[in-house]
Amino acid sequence: MLRYVALRLLYMVPVLLVLSFVLFAFLRALPGGPAIALLGERATERDLEVLEQRFGLDRPVHEQYFGYMRNLARGDLGVSIRTRRPVREELLDRFPATVELSIGAILVAVLVGVPLGFAAAKRYQGAIDQSSLVASLIGISFPVFFLALLLKYVFAVRLGWLPTIGRIDVRMLTAEHPTGFYLLDGIVTRDWDAFVSAAKHLVLPAIALGTIPLAIITRITRGATLDVVSEDYVRTARAKGLVSSVVNRRHILRNAMLPVVTIVGLQVGLLLTGAILTETVFSWPGMGSWILEAIRFRDYAVLQGGILFFVLVVVLVNLLVDISYAFLNPRIRYR
Amino acid sequence: MRLLGAKRLRAAGLLAALLLVAAACGDGDTAGEEETPDAAATGDAGTEPDDATETGDATETGDATETGAEPAGDGATMVFGTSADPVVLDGALVSDGESLRAIDQIFEGLVTLELGGTEVAPGLAESWEPNDDGTVWAFQLRDGVTFHDGEVFNAEAVCANFDRWYNFPEAFQTADATYYWQTVFGGFAGGETESLFASCEATEDLVATITLTKPSASFIPSLALTNFTFASPAALEEFGADEGEIGEDGLFRATGTYGTEHPTGTGPFRFVEWTRGQQLVMERNPDYWGEFPGNIQNLIFRPIADGPARLQALQTGEIQGYDLVAPEDFETIESTEGLQLLSRPAFNVGYIGFNQAIPPLEDIEVRRAIAHAINRQEIVDAFYVGQGEVATQFMPPALFGYAEDVTTYDYNPEMSQQILTDAGYELPVEIQFAFPTDVSRPYMPDPQANYEAMVADLEEAGFAVQQDSAPWSPDYLGNVDTGQYAMYLLGWTGDFGDPDNFIGTFFQSPQPAWGFDNPEIVSILDEAEAETDEDARVALYEEANRMLMDFLPGLPYVHTEPALAFTSNVEGYQPSPVSLEPFSIVTVNE
Repeated sequence: MLRYVALRLLYMVPVLLVLSFVLFAFLRALPGGPAIALLGERATERDLEVLEQRFGLDRPVHEQYFGYMRNLARGDLGVSIRTRRPVREELLDRFPATVELSIGAILVAVLVGVPLGFAAAKRYQGAIDQSSLVASLIGISFPVFFLALLLKYVFAVRLGWLPTIGRIDVRMLTAEHPTGFYLLDGIVTRDWDAFVSAAKHLVLPAIALGTIPLAIITRITRGATLDVVSEDYVRTARAKGLVSSVVNRRHILRNAMLPVVTIVGLQVGLLLTGAILTETVFSWPGMGSWILEAIRFRDYAVLQGGILFFVLVVVLVNLLVDISYAFLNPRIRYR
Repeated sequence: MRLLGAKRLRAAGLLAALLLVAAACGDGDTAGEEETPDAAATGDAGTEPDDATETGDATETGDATETGAEPAGDGATMVFGTSADPVVLDGALVSDGESLRAIDQIFEGLVTLELGGTEVAPGLAESWEPNDDGTVWAFQLRDGVTFHDGEVFNAEAVCANFDRWYNFPEAFQTADATYYWQTVFGGFAGGETESLFASCEATEDLVATITLTKPSASFIPSLALTNFTFASPAALEEFGADEGEIGEDGLFRATGTYGTEHPTGTGPFRFVEWTRGQQLVMERNPDYWGEFPGNIQNLIFRPIADGPARLQALQTGEIQGYDLVAPEDFETIESTEGLQLLSRPAFNVGYIGFNQAIPPLEDIEVRRAIAHAINRQEIVDAFYVGQGEVATQFMPPALFGYAEDVTTYDYNPEMSQQILTDAGYELPVEIQFAFPTDVSRPYMPDPQANYEAMVADLEEAGFAVQQDSAPWSPDYLGNVDTGQYAMYLLGWTGDFGDPDNFIGTFFQSPQPAWGFDNPEIVSILDEAEAETDEDARVALYEEANRMLMDFLPGLPYVHTEPALAFTSNVEGYQPSPVSLEPFSIVTVNE
């Protein structure tokens, strides 16, 4: 097991190296550049030259790349071209917000999707099954930003139940934030007002971001459950007189969960991309809105650092998913 | 498990039903949703602060979950929605609007502008006097002004700031940091570019004497720029405003905390705290030397990049105001009880640029034919929701030097065709014309709409248009600046009340975007910039405008009034053509 994990981690090195180079080259192949993005209408040719020189963009790409990698090896992700702050610092500011939002979205997706899919399978072709099919189709095909606008319109503008922007009430931002995860901060500092405010702010973005994974997880749970329900061991379990809830939990759900866990792992990658839109629409100060802004400003350092970090997270989460198989399915052993 | 599942299921069902209901009645009361602009549909909705989708009608703001407008101390709290975080709170080192907006509240300069206008008014200097040839200026400073850190504001402080700007390290000598110093004063100490600034001397405790290398009439108006506001020299020093190191990538890494944690000016508000991506908090300066007619105790700027999100936050009362309202939201805001729309006097120009390096635009007849081909009135009526007026020249009417009697080009497609055939062209004449996507500017809320109308006009007048487009920033702007486009949509918003900031910026030096070198125009603009006699200067700029509209380097077509939105309990906000808008005069009613 340990050997397997070590190998997987080792494989990550070439993956990240290749990716970093592709990313680096791709960003520089984009038309325009940070200099013009910064200056806008005010750019003159001379200003552009001076700026490009300052940013080192007049040097050959491979030279820029090796310079960047040397810094990276020392843990220096460079400096944001727009904000002039170290990328690492900005990333650390932004990361907890995205994690909090993603966990919220996953919770929405799993807590609603798994029971829904399970119920749908148990009443195969019944009303719940049919309506869950329709609902998940809508969930998948609904554009996130439109769903977000709609959610805000109904629950904030019309009903006034929930806020539309940010992570917490402005008056509570000055509260202590030891971890950067505002829900956790509320618990740690026993500031329950801050906790409630953070939770309220999380609801709509988490639903918006969780919709697509929710739809997918519902379908997968349903399919997997249908497969398992007709297995011999389920029939045997029933035959030996186990009560229905025990059969459901111990024999059906546990076995049906395997593909679901895989999907949840894969969803993490999608969530991070989805976060770009969701965070922007909800003014959520996470990595998604950060990267989107960086695209607009061709902020190479932020894009390189941010995207590489995203990839690292996705790869690590997938590794975790693989490891968790072993716990769910004793038949799987890693060597 | 099953019980839990059933509960969840019910919740999900309820949610789905609500969504369907909301979607179904959407076309009834949210007229705009079907007309969601392309920018939003492509998923780019959030990238550009200015672009927006209409989010439907609003409700009263009374039932908001989070008002933000509760009193703290004895004054009100105001939350203002901005389109982005400031870059840094150091006026000398920024050129973006959101940084300037915040810096304006904390800092002050020698002169300022009349509220809501472009007339120069006394600021930290009570009066100023030039010598005979206009190269030495003595500023009599206000007495009894202190910085937020308790340091005294005096002539030494003024000169310390000027010396700082003039002696900036090379890392700051780029246009993204010191654009306005370079625009107004040219170069830096020991640099290749000549500088307008020669020296600053504290001739008396409250008299700062600034010597220029040559007379410049735009010197005084340009001092009203936020970039030339004064920081406490002690704070600059203590918090390492200019400290940093150059990394291996050649980029400057600031190590000081002045501009991020300790900006210290003399203004009506002082800095409290800045949480990036979330909020910038300022509070009323209790020791402010001047008048503070408003009641805002806590001023909070909250960055909301997405246009529709800003409107929704205003509707819920999470913010009490925001800038750069999308024209399609005007009606929503005006018709909603509890919201108000303010417009900012026109201080911009939208134009079609002609690149004379690309044939056939070097031919004045072709340029004239284009000018007669475009139905500018119709475009302004159709796409500017009553906020625009047709431009006759490259600067707005509010500015001195605007000439009433420039050559105008009425809409007349037959005449265009006539001009072209008389000049020996065979119709249709091929011409390349580009517009930017993913952008909305005050002078160009919907570039594509303008563009399509213009293309139709051009084709009717005997042109065959090769159409082209690119995302605004940086692609499109890059193509324009390097002279890739023959005809292109562009515009400009002024920074300070001087024609030099419009036609001087455009035409005083040859640029690839325009593709011509006209020494007559350059020399009259040079002369106008240096002229210190005001009447003579006005006459020179008027003449320059007349020359320009005969030479027709491009076709100006619109000046617009951008809009701001507020909740109706906000009173006293005074929109300014150059966005110099103090919150100290604003009252937020309970």
